[in-house]
Amino acid sequence: MFQRNYETVFILTPVLSDVQMKDTVDKFVNLLKEEGADIINVENMGLKKMAYTIEKKTTGFYALVEFKADPTIIRKFELEFRRDEKVMRFLTTVLDKHSIAYGEKRRRGEFNKKVEVKEEAAK
Amino acid sequence: MTLVNEPINRGEIRKKYCRFKKHGIKYIDYKDPIYLLKFVNEQGKILPRRLTGNSAKYQKKVAQAIKKARHLALLPFVTDGLK
Repeated sequence: MFQRNYETVFILTPVLSDVQMKDTVDKFVNLLKEEGADIINVENMGLKKMAYTIEKKTTGFYALVEFKADPTIIRKFELEFRRDEKVMRFLTTVLDKHSIAYGEKRRRGEFNKKVEVKEEAAK
Repeated sequence: MTLVNEPINRGEIRKKYCRFKKHGIKYIDYKDPIYLLKFVNEQGKILPRRLTGNSAKYQKKVAQAIKKARHLALLPFVTDGLK
């Protein structure tokens, strides 16, 4: 079966409790698993201040899921986001080979190194 | 003898370069708004290539990354005094 790497970031409403939030994230992860996707990484980026208000909220819970899946399930997966009113925003991105390499580095925590490179670039 | 339009301080003219090509950065992360701030002005507009010196290939990637970040409310669509 042809599979692709994807990455989804979604924002949940800040009115949820910690448990509710985790449940919601788990719900989407389980949904992917049921559809036969390989979950590579799940990351809760936590409550963040947003750059502009969405649904009259100034903050949101950011969550990141990296997975490998068949392209046909993405529609179904995104439909679930649209149905769930706890989700304020979502974005699914196809990862190419460079972004996969970057994602691996990020997971291994080479982030500080990466920042250095970027700072150099700024000069 | 003849007056030619010569640049006054030749030494100071620096060639622009693409920072991504120079440092071998292949992927621009839209989840890192602090980094993307380098490519927008105070109003949150994307800076043109003529100012940043990015190559066409990477300017496109920068623009895409900024647009993705805006969708996820990591960067504003419009503001004042971003920096």
